[in-house]
Amino acid sequence: MPVWLTEHEHAVVAAAADRLIPPYDAHPGGAALGVADFIDALLGAFTFDPPRIWAGGPFSGRAGGDPSFEQFMDLSALEELAWRTRIEGSKGMVERERNGAVIGWQQQYHEGIAALGRDFCDVTPDEQDARLDRNPEFKALLYAQSCEGAYAAPEYGGNRGLRGWASIQYDGDVQPRGYTDEEVAGRD
Amino acid sequence: MVMDCDAVIVGTGPAGATVAEVLTTAGWSVVMLEKGRNHLLSLDAPFEPLGEVSNDELKLLFRHFLGPDPWLEPRTFRHDETEGDRIHVGDVNNLPSTIGGGGIHADGKLPRFREIDFRIASELAPVDGAELVDWPLDYDELEPYYAEAERVVGVAGDADANPFAAWRSGPYPMPPGPDMFCAALTSDAATQLGYHPYRAPTGVNSVEYDGRPACNNCGFCGYFGCPIDAKGDPVAPLRHALRTGRCDIRPESYATEVLLDSSGRKARGVRYLDADGNAHEVSARHVVLGAGAFETPRLLQRSGVGNADVVGRFLMYHFQTFAMGIFPFRLHAHRGRSVTHLMDDPILPDPAADTAAREAGLPWMRGGIVEHGGASHPITEAIHLSPGEDHTRLMLGSPMRDRMAVFTMQGEDLPQATNRVDLDPHVTDAWGLPAGRVTYSPHRHEIECARHWAPRLEAVMREAGATHTFWATSPALPEHAARRRITNPSPISRHVMGTARMGNDARTSVCDRWQRLHDVDNVLVADSSVFPTGAGYGPTLTIVALAIRAARALADLEPLRSQRQARVP
Repeated sequence: MPVWLTEHEHAVVAAAADRLIPPYDAHPGGAALGVADFIDALLGAFTFDPPRIWAGGPFSGRAGGDPSFEQFMDLSALEELAWRTRIEGSKGMVERERNGAVIGWQQQYHEGIAALGRDFCDVTPDEQDARLDRNPEFKALLYAQSCEGAYAAPEYGGNRGLRGWASIQYDGDVQPRGYTDEEVAGRD
Repeated sequence: MVMDCDAVIVGTGPAGATVAEVLTTAGWSVVMLEKGRNHLLSLDAPFEPLGEVSNDELKLLFRHFLGPDPWLEPRTFRHDETEGDRIHVGDVNNLPSTIGGGGIHADGKLPRFREIDFRIASELAPVDGAELVDWPLDYDELEPYYAEAERVVGVAGDADANPFAAWRSGPYPMPPGPDMFCAALTSDAATQLGYHPYRAPTGVNSVEYDGRPACNNCGFCGYFGCPIDAKGDPVAPLRHALRTGRCDIRPESYATEVLLDSSGRKARGVRYLDADGNAHEVSARHVVLGAGAFETPRLLQRSGVGNADVVGRFLMYHFQTFAMGIFPFRLHAHRGRSVTHLMDDPILPDPAADTAAREAGLPWMRGGIVEHGGASHPITEAIHLSPGEDHTRLMLGSPMRDRMAVFTMQGEDLPQATNRVDLDPHVTDAWGLPAGRVTYSPHRHEIECARHWAPRLEAVMREAGATHTFWATSPALPEHAARRRITNPSPISRHVMGTARMGNDARTSVCDRWQRLHDVDNVLVADSSVFPTGAGYGPTLTIVALAIRAARALADLEPLRSQRQARVP
């Protein structure tokens, strides 16, 4: 169940992510990597306490140590103001409009998804590409955040099963194990 | 009158942290004000790491974890007045805004400058449009402080590795760490072509040092902060200062003004805002500014303190030239301590570069140190690709990350009075203060240097086995800028220098040779604002060495002296 997107919006984001990051060979593509879950978690970050903006540290547990990435961190009042402004928009609030109004990501997704059409999931891949191209600003936002979702630490909701990293032969976080001198200096 | 402390220090990066250690060790009490949050070390004994920095590309590179958040702390940029008030608002060379400052994000390449870098006006012909000056001190005077800086920070290196290095009074405190595969490959090729690469001196432990463990090569170094406390900068000096019991560090405390007494010739302290926006004052016998070469002049200008004709001017970066090589095999530059090899050749006299300079109508050309690096993290790789099938194919083959080696040349930027930091007339930060504004255009010298050296660096990549090479610069050259849409026109260099230059003449400089303001002598500038010229080397070790020297003088300690050692042939 998505926390902020509707089921339909979630499906559209997943379908669009699969056009921007299509499955190919060993790469599962944006939909299977959970890009839509990542974006949903970002848009709904403040439905959680602490908000799901910054994963904790120092270790994920994947290379030893305690798994602390999943303990998300508290924001200061100012940091919360900045992230709420990005996500929710300024909505006419004085403290959010110091240097002008901000249209938040939530609104950009609602409107961007609507502009892709109710039947986006059912049309041909070529038609999906054409509709994304007709909305270049939304496509750019979706691509940037799809890249984050595909290859960020899985605690943020994407990179499902670590397949985003595994498919591109990337180890991800390695503390506290690190790499041996041989792994650093050697060819493979 | 009873003061709150002996010295109030603005900023907790390498400059402020170094001064805090020297002063508290000498028995002084200090209050440190840091506008950012504390993610570095516990402020309660035994001052352990907080464990909040992590191998997390999203948090550190895309979500402003170490600050400054460009929405909270916008900066503005323009090339010159013809562009109006500004052409960009947001991130302009944002160094971290957090306890530890720029020292957290640095990957710890810590070369010294060379003798000539302090005497460029005396040693070299003048250049039209650049205000070259000698430093008010020379290398010989600074050498013992360089040695002390290497000891305090903890630098691993090989004293005999760089044939062009300035003289040294002794070895590095630690041996070098393991060579990274990619850097060894490009270094061997550079040697073949007659260049002189060497193992980089790095502020990263190769063995256990000062109670902190050896680096384990995790690969998340530059821009990340160290999760295991193996980077010496600036954890070590802050911890040493805290252990004296005379250091009070206040995060989320934004210095808004240097306060003068009624005479206007003495500072009485600093006003700051706390996390709730409430104003406080710290009174002190001395004020130390270590906020960096962007925030220090901004604070001086807000306060109306310092030589107003010069404060903010002579802003310098390093003009960065990037030469990329794509290899037919994987280089795994995500394993290791970021950069293990450097070379100085483009800073030195060179027949081909001399010819290129003459043809360009310049008396000489000085490039910068070349870092033998690679690309390491996948979100950064992905956002530079195009969406669609190309994205997936290129991520699988990874020509832009796992098969790409990168030379970064930190080209020397000549000082120009028109390049400056001032206060933006309209844009404000989240505290309601005027944003700092950069007005900056590179000198023709930097542009010609990049044009000359980039193809030569590409040739080294081909010698190393690269099948494709290309190059770019930051800021972009005119011939490149026209080809692509640049969303942020400001230079991406985080080496910011020169905005409160020191000199012996109070009319043409801001600080004296001990880094005190000429007109308010109990204000000391500890950061790279004081650099009269920029040299082609990373600034951090020089910042720390100068800060040790200035702080020792402030506390009336004996100057450090050193003996020149014969080099081992």
